Amino acid sequence: MWIAMQEHVLKGEAARSLLFGTLLGIGLSIGMLPQAADAQSNIIHEERSMYRNIAVTEGNGRRCMLFNQHRGDRNQTCMDLADPKRLVFHYTRMSLAGLLLNPQPKNILIAGLGGGSIPVSMHELFPEAMIDVLEIDPAVVRVAERFFNFREGDRLDVHVVDARVFIKRAALQGRQYDYIMLDAFTGEYIPEHLLTREFLEEVSQLLTPDGVLVANTFSTSELYDHESVTYRAVFGSFYNFKLPVSGNRVIIARKGGVPSQAGLSSIARNLHEQLEPYGVPILEYPARLSTSADWDESKRVLTDQYSPGNLLN
Amino acid sequence: MAIELLGGRVLSPYFGSSVYVWGSIITVFMLSLSLGYLWGGRLSSRNPNPVLYAMFFFAAALFCLPIIFLAETTMNGIFLWIEDPRYGSLMAALLLYFLPICLMGMVSPYSIRLLVRSEEHSGRTAGLLYFVSTLGSALGTLMTSFYFVLWFEIDQIMWGLISVLIFSGISVLLTYQLPGQTKPVEITAMQGDN
Repeated sequence: MWIAMQEHVLKGEAARSLLFGTLLGIGLSIGMLPQAADAQSNIIHEERSMYRNIAVTEGNGRRCMLFNQHRGDRNQTCMDLADPKRLVFHYTRMSLAGLLLNPQPKNILIAGLGGGSIPVSMHELFPEAMIDVLEIDPAVVRVAERFFNFREGDRLDVHVVDARVFIKRAALQGRQYDYIMLDAFTGEYIPEHLLTREFLEEVSQLLTPDGVLVANTFSTSELYDHESVTYRAVFGSFYNFKLPVSGNRVIIARKGGVPSQAGLSSIARNLHEQLEPYGVPILEYPARLSTSADWDESKRVLTDQYSPGNLLN
Repeated sequence: MAIELLGGRVLSPYFGSSVYVWGSIITVFMLSLSLGYLWGGRLSSRNPNPVLYAMFFFAAALFCLPIIFLAETTMNGIFLWIEDPRYGSLMAALLLYFLPICLMGMVSPYSIRLLVRSEEHSGRTAGLLYFVSTLGSALGTLMTSFYFVLWFEIDQIMWGLISVLIFSGISVLLTYQLPGQTKPVEITAMQGDN
């Protein structure tokens, strides 16, 4: 994708400076070979927000939202143009694995909008559920509405707010959710105040007794250990969900620990038909959940006093 | 600058880390420094003396204590009182940081007054002071953002900064009892400022 961006930029430059363009063009065509499939992507929209540069690209039947693409960042979110229901990325599909613990959510909180694919699919799956979506960047909301078919509705509310602020206030107001998703990590800059024990305690106050927390987090770097230790400190044992094909790790937690894995397969069979249009292979998921600690348990818990997430990543 | 960077972390659990939280912090720091410069300059024209100068450091250290002990209570109150996190963070920054930073701002003009021996050298002295204090700021920024937050908790770093302030105040007092050795201590003192 990054290569494709470069090419787009280069077209203009070559016109201005033939030599420069040609030289880079040679470098480009060499670098481009393995990425040939992405080569037809074009930028259809660019927007600079207070927090980041947002680009919308289209090609190979996909429309994608990218943050800070000039630094070579990965796609934030993509939509399959021919089949908009289908969730394109593993991690978005994986985040529906929380349904194994709560197959009928009624009050859903989602931190991080992106292209809106998760809120939209949850809204379609559970039209009766009330959904609150938190997104810090108003530009992301605009782009999601304009390019990714995202629509607010009676039961789907977007709040332009820092997730920590909303969650703290919601806890004070005694609000409760039975499905909470944390998906506020974009990869390039980590909101450190959303990694701490105090934050997770606030999140846990919002959870109903059988409510489930699904957090899309980091699977590499030292942060993996710190984060795992912190979630353990707040929620006790949780399901660690990783797939060999995905670089993401999804944490599935419940207040006071997760239930045994025994019943999950039958729940998965019940969900299977419902989730099939979204491309979620839910039947494969129960076997991938693990409660064992594959991280360094001696690492320090992240707190509001100590949270150098960006230095650890 | 170290305190300013930590300010962002102190405020984020209540007001988030949106761009306006940084806006609040920077505004309050600039405002506090500017008034500190003004008052410090005024005070220096009336009977300038090293004891009062040392007091600036001790008072700044004292007013840093609420950042450690009262921040939670203060921010909790503000969080309940003001819904808009823009004004909430501005109010919190004002209450927590105005006094200590104002006092640190008073140090600069007062140092110039104490150090300047003649009109001829005043520019040179002021230049040296700016050099030392801004260099101290740069170091404080770098060390805090690259290393201190990785090694210590916020409150531990605050205690470190408070110790530097107290140490600077004591050095001022000690040095002025031994005439003829002013300059080196001023320099340590200015680093403490930031």
